Parts: sequence; structure tokens; C-alpha cells
Amino acid sequence: MNFLADITTALPETILLVFGLVGLLLGAIGGDRISGLLRVLAAAALAAAAVTAFVQFGRGESVPAFASAVAPDGLYKATLFTLFAKGVTYVLAAFALFMSGGALKSSQMERYEYPLLITFGSFGAGMMLSANDLMTLYVGIETLSLSSYVLAAFRRDSLKSAEAGLKYFVLGALASGLLLYGSALVYGFSGGTSYAAIAAAPSSVGLVFGLVFLICGLSFKASAAPFHIWTPDVYEGAPAPVVAFFSTAPKIAAVGVLAHVMFNAFGTHTASWKMIIAIISALSMLVGAFGALMQNSIKRILAYSSISNVGFALIAIASGVEKGAAAVLVYMTLYVIATLGMFGGVLALRRAGKPIDQVSDLNGLVKSKPGMALGLLILIFSVAGIPPAAGFWGKLQVFTAGIEDGMLWLVLVGALASVVSLGYYLRLVWAMFVKPAKEPLDKTDISVAATVAITTILVFPVLTITIQILLDAAARAAGG
Amino acid sequence: MTGSMILTVTIFLPMVGALLILALRIVGGAALAASASKPIAILSSVATLVVSLIALSQFDASKAGYQLVDFAPWFGGSSYKLGVDGLAISLVILTTALMPLCILQSIKSIEDRIGEYLIAFLLLETLMIGVFCAMDLVLFYVFFEGGLIPMFLIIGVWGGKNKLYAAFKFFLYTLLGSLLLLAALVYMSIVAGTTDIPTLQEGINPQTGALLFPPEVQTWLWLAFFASFAVKLPMWPVHTWLPDAHVEAPTAGSVVLAAVLLKMGGYGFLRFSLPMFPEASHLFQPLMFGLSVIAIVYASLVAFRQTDIKKLVAYSSVAHMGFVTLGIFSFNEAGIQGAIFQMISHGIISGALFFSVGVIYDRMHTREIAFYGGLVHRMPVYAALFMLFSMANVGLPGTSGFVGEILTMVGGFQASTWAAAGAALGVILSAVYMLTLYRRTVFGEMTNEKLFDINDLTGLEFFILGLLAISALGLGVFPSMIFDLTKASAMEVLRMVGQ
Repeated sequence: MNFLADITTALPETILLVFGLVGLLLGAIGGDRISGLLRVLAAAALAAAAVTAFVQFGRGESVPAFASAVAPDGLYKATLFTLFAKGVTYVLAAFALFMSGGALKSSQMERYEYPLLITFGSFGAGMMLSANDLMTLYVGIETLSLSSYVLAAFRRDSLKSAEAGLKYFVLGALASGLLLYGSALVYGFSGGTSYAAIAAAPSSVGLVFGLVFLICGLSFKASAAPFHIWTPDVYEGAPAPVVAFFSTAPKIAAVGVLAHVMFNAFGTHTASWKMIIAIISALSMLVGAFGALMQNSIKRILAYSSISNVGFALIAIASGVEKGAAAVLVYMTLYVIATLGMFGGVLALRRAGKPIDQVSDLNGLVKSKPGMALGLLILIFSVAGIPPAAGFWGKLQVFTAGIEDGMLWLVLVGALASVVSLGYYLRLVWAMFVKPAKEPLDKTDISVAATVAITTILVFPVLTITIQILLDAAARAAGG
Repeated sequence: MTGSMILTVTIFLPMVGALLILALRIVGGAALAASASKPIAILSSVATLVVSLIALSQFDASKAGYQLVDFAPWFGGSSYKLGVDGLAISLVILTTALMPLCILQSIKSIEDRIGEYLIAFLLLETLMIGVFCAMDLVLFYVFFEGGLIPMFLIIGVWGGKNKLYAAFKFFLYTLLGSLLLLAALVYMSIVAGTTDIPTLQEGINPQTGALLFPPEVQTWLWLAFFASFAVKLPMWPVHTWLPDAHVEAPTAGSVVLAAVLLKMGGYGFLRFSLPMFPEASHLFQPLMFGLSVIAIVYASLVAFRQTDIKKLVAYSSVAHMGFVTLGIFSFNEAGIQGAIFQMISHGIISGALFFSVGVIYDRMHTREIAFYGGLVHRMPVYAALFMLFSMANVGLPGTSGFVGEILTMVGGFQASTWAAAGAALGVILSAVYMLTLYRRTVFGEMTNEKLFDINDLTGLEFFILGLLAISALGLGVFPSMIFDLTKASAMEVLRMVGQ
């Protein structure tokens, strides 16, 4: 049975899809009353998908699936690189869902669609990573994007949330258009939509044009400058738990897919995209660093922080497959782990039932919640890449990749951006530790506290000491 | 882990204390942490001192190279590798000996959030000792940059009025230098395939026998390291963060900053710049001499114009660090031995001066020179000790300050007459500003009514300042205590820099 083999190869996504469809039925019958149950089940399904992906990663499978007459190379391919990225994506999505309960309840968003949208979004993220063909890539991206648009607008009674969703949708549609246009050009000039066919095609002006459009579309999804404009607005308007999701699971998937497409489909055309990616990287780091300096909204600051960090990951992509593939995985993994705790922790803080919004709302956190403040301190420094937090290893890896490839200028831009962005990271620390306290915050949800604690301990000291394990795994992923 | 565990214990003992207080703070609340933190902090810092002294007793000063090595594989070409030579262990002892005094002082003068304060302080101690013990470049960097976080919080949370500006400036200035060092570090690890410091110091590819870093590459690497150490030391013109940080930091923070953190710059030059990039070091010798002399003369002149006591002492630190760079880059035994001695001596004297400022600041809550005057009438013991430290800072024979300055100048003289002559001018200027400060605060009539009921030193203050006075005098009379310890490593540096 060919179909059975295909399904087995795509088992992580199959789990998510089946759960999503069953969940829709359950939701239609049970309504919002079972949203809590569905949330637990969705987190379990995501965890199961992650375990499956990691087991496949452990077995070292690298097999194409869903081959047909039109797509002889297979529409889907599980490589070690994508399996690693998918595994991390699903784990992060599961955690984002796990910690969202209290926030959903307090802002009347406990509807059964929420866990299902996260599931479908993660399914899309997995599909776009596993794509071995521009068609699957596009469908995967759209599945993720459509779920994201709805999630951004999930708070139906909030004008800002609706605005965020609409803005995201309109700009996202434009990016999808660019992506499609690029795919069409690439198809026209390479004669195929499969990654292998594109890689085999000779370089031509038309192909480069298509490549540029593809990069634009993918950069939009990864929120890299100059395609980042939507990010601060959408983060600001979207509900807090949704932002915690956006900034973690889809982020590593988007950067992963950009790396995967560049390294595989365009691996033979490296000279055409290297400089483009390097410039996007430099722009992202600088825009992210300078853009946040004058912001007062925490969500906007976090949005710029994520733009800047995507820029750092792009240094590794620009360094090419041999040097950069492992580094991009290490960087993004460490980044999303710390981000989950940091975004999730900050955004889950509430005062009198309302999520906090301004930096000044963090004032005096160390007095009221010393454990939370300490955790956030470590996570912030990890995101900023200051040792001894593990985020530093990510920065070390991408800098190593960049310098090894002779792009010292890009690394120096990164160093400059790091210093500038410390300006706002330190502002958050300053608010938490130095400023006098405001009115007390609400009690922290146990799931949020647990997530912050787990991510903090992972970031320092666990991963600081055992970084070799992650490096080995990433090197294995990059080799396959 | 293989090898001697003693350095690991020394490094992480303060951290254990910090974690203990942290656990109490989270579980038991602020009140319990505040009361329990004091004995824990004193105990762990004293225990650290004891362990470091045991390490010193196991250290064989007659041998060159690193001893008490501890090793564990970490990742890639980097490892968790610790070890000390004479230079490192003398700075470790300086750190561990000053720390209990700082903690004792803080317990008396810090009232707000003492538990958190002591956590930050103990973590800082761990990171500072780690910097001096690290034998791997990445490990060094982790400790080096990690130290910014607790210091930022110490200045930020417990600092003075303008702490926002001072803390950010401290952090960002230092970070910018560090990141250039990071870029150089990454390059070196790619070329050499390892970040092991002794291997990099030899600078030779074990397979081919060729130089790892040819002279033109050395120039760039040297500049990157220079950016970091010059900020840390600090050298003119990147010294401006120091007066701000000193003025705003609480007393013990200033002490640690002046006594230990600044030494990381000088340590960095001796440990990395000279041995790893000898050609570049020779190339930049004139630059370093020029900057040293400017620092000595300019900072002394600026110090003279200060109205804030702490700022004056801070500028005097910049000037004294100029002697350190002068000595280091004279590439001879007197210069390097003198530079190391000057670092230790400055650690004691500037620490003592900041403690002395803290004494009157705790009573009057101002550091304006003009506010004081005639302190000798009410505080004779304080006046006597402050006199001793002022004289030591000027470099009076018989105090440790003299030995460091004279040796660095002897070393400098052998390398460049002009540089030594410029530095000698600084010695005179230091007498000018220190004696002026002393006259205006301690001597004269007591005219300010607020000072009339000021009290002399308490027992604890006398204990702290007395110990430092004994050290300053002891090292001044028996400088060979340090020289014997550091001779082998100074010669090793000279061998590697090719003199």
C-alpha cells in the first residue's frame, strides 16, 4: 500500500489533521463548554506529533512521500532538517496552548475554535516545512496563515483585535500573491515545481526574478525587514496568548522554511540569494534594534525584538548550507524556548483581569512576584544573547557561521544591533527591578508559572551546560 | 571532571550562597530572606576566602604555567577548563579577600532589599573569580560578560539619583567592547579549532608549526581585544562611564568596581593581548604609551577639578590604571611586575578610599567636598586612616602605592623616556589633588553646623579600614609577597611577547 507508507511518513501531520477534524465535530456538538477539554486534547495531539517527529528524527529517515505522475519527486519529504524544526514547532505550540487557559478565560475567549485553530496552524507549519514542492509549500503556508488571521482577530469584541486580523489578512494576502507570482516565475523558468527540479535548472534572469519574489513572500511570513511592517501592529492588537503562539511556533517554522527552500530548492543558485538574505538580515537586525527603542507598549517591543532576532537567524542562512544550516536551527531553537517563557510570561500578567500593556505596568514586579521577575530576567538576557544564558550559544553559532563564510560586516552589524537592542531589554529589566511597584497584579496561572519556570531552567543552567547535545542534534539535522 | 576541584569550589561557593538566599526569598518571602541572608552571605564569602587561601597554599609559585587545573569537556572546541598562574591567583585572592569586607559594609549601610542585594553581590563574586580562573576563551567570555548583569542591577537598584544614566552607560559601553572581542574570539576559534587559552598563547599550529595568526591578522584581533579591555580598564578616551558608575553605585559596588572589575582590563592585556598577539602588541606600543600618559595627566587634572569626592577618586583610578598600561606595554620585567603589583595595590587603596567615602556618606548622605571640612576635630581615627590611604594613593614610600608606581615608571623609562617623564608628572599631580581633597575635608575649622555631632568610626568600619591599612602598609614594606607569587607568570608573559 503506497498510501499507507505515505501516511506513515507524514505521521506527525496526519495526527494533527485527524485530531483537528475530529475536534471540529466534537466542537460542533459540544460547543464552547468543551473548549477546556479540547485544549488539553490539542496540546496532547501536538505533543504526540512532536514525539513522532523526534522519533523519526532519531531513526534518521529522509524519505519523500505522495509521489505521483505530476510530482515524481514527491510532494512531501521528511528530512532530518525539517523533522527537527517540526518537532520544536509542535512542542512550542503545545506549550503555547498549555499556558493560554487563564488568559482565555479572563478575556472571554474560551471558545472551542481556539485550540483547533492552533492545531490547524501547526499542521500548516508542519506541511510547509515538509514541502518538497512549491505547491505543497504554498498550501502549507496558506493553512498556517489563514489560521493565524483568524487567531489574530479572535477577540471579537475588541476593535484592536479585529484591526490586527484585518491588517494581517490584507498584507498577508499581498505576500501570498508575491509568493505565488514568484512560484509561477520559477516554474516557468525551471520547468518544474519540485525542489529537485528547481535545483537542477540552469540559472537565468527569470529564475532569479522568481527567487526574489519567493524571498519577499517568505520574509513576510518570517517578519524580516523590510517586510516586517505588520508585525508590531498585529502583535499589539492580537490577544496575548495568540502573540505568545505567533512569536514561537510559526516563527521557527517560517525561518526554517526559508532556510529549507534556500538550501534545497535554490542550493545550486547560492550566489543569487546570498547577498539578498544578508541585506534582509542586516536590515532586520537594525530595524528591530532601533525600532523598539521609543516604544512603550510591551507587545510592540516584543514584536521588534522578534524582528531583530529573525535577522540574527538570517545571518546563518546567508552563510550557506554547510556552515549555516546547523546554526540556524540552534539559534531558532534557543530563541523560541526563551521567547515562549518571556512573551508568555509577560503577556500573561494581568491587573484586575486586564492584560498589562505598557512597560510601566511591569514596575516593581520583583517585589510582588520575585520568582517571575527572576525568570523573566534570565529569559530576557537569553533573548538578548548575553551569557551565561543559553541564548548566547545561539548568537555564538550564527556569528561563527557568518565569520566562517567571510561575512564579517554582517556580524559587526549584528554586534551593533545587539548593543542597541540591549537598550530596550534593559528597560524591561529596569521596570521590573528598579521602579517602585504599582497596584498588585493578579495571581499568576499555574500553567504560566510552570512554563516560565521550565523555560528559565532550560535556558540557564541546563542548556548552558549541555549545549553540546543540541549542537549535535542540529549538526545531524543539517547533515541529513 | 578531571583534576583539582578547588578552583571550581572557589568559583561556585558564592553562587551556592546566592541560590540559598534566593530559595529563601521565593519560599519564605522578603522578611525571612532579609534576616537570613546576612549570615549566609558572610559565611559563604568567608568560606570562599578560606578555600581560595587553601588553593594558594597548594599553588607552587616557582613554576611557570597554569596549576590546579580542572577540566571537563563542554562543546565543540571549547571546554570547561580552569587554572591559575601567579597573576590569576593573586587577583583571585584580592577578590575573595575584599568580598567579605564589602558584604560586611553593605549589611550595615544597605537597608532596602538586602536579600536581593546580597544575591547580586555573591553572583558577581562567582563571575569575577571565574574570569580570573578561566583557561578557555569562551568560558572567560561567559564570566566576563555575565558580570555585567549583577553589576547593572547593583548600580540600578541600589544606586544614587542619576542611576538610570549610569547603569545603562556602564552596561552598553562595556557590551560594545565585549562584542568586538566576541567577533575576534569567534574568528580565533575558527582558525585554531580550539579556544584553549594556553594553546592560543603559544600561537602555533601544532600540525604545521606555522603561526596561527600572522602579523596583519594580529593587528585586527589585537584591536578587537583592545576595544574590550580599554573600556573595562578604563583608558582615556573611553573612561567616561567610570565616574558616572562610581558616583551612582552604592559604596560596596564602587569598591568592587574599582578594586576588581577594572583589573579585568589589565588582566586581559596580560593574559591575551601580549601573549597571543606579540607582533601587534609591539606595533601598538607607542599608542598605548601615548594613551597611558594622557590618561595619567588628563585624569589627574580632571580629578583636581571635581567637587564630588567619589568622582575625584574615580578619576584618580583612571590615572592609576594609566600606570598599569604603561608598565604592561614596556615589555620588561620591572614594568610587568610593577603593573601587576599596581593592580593589586590599587585594588586595596581605591577600595579603602571608597570605603572611607562611604563612611562619611552614610552619616551625612552627601559627597560634596564643600560640605565637609574640619572632620579631624570630630573623627580623629577616621582622619588618621584616611590620611594613610590618601598618602598611599599619592604613592608615598612605605605604602603599596609607591612600589607599583615606581616600578611601572622604571619599566616605562627603559622603554621610553618620554612616556616615563609624562607619567612622573602624574605622580606630582596626584599629590596635588589628593592633598587638596584631604585638606578641604579633614583639616581646617569645622564650619558646617550639620557636622558638629558626626561620630567617629564604628567598630566595624575600623575593622574594615584597619585591615586594608595593614594590607597597604604590609605590601608597601614587603612587596616581595606579591613579586614572588607573580614572577614566574610575568616572565612567561615576557617570553611569549618575545623580549
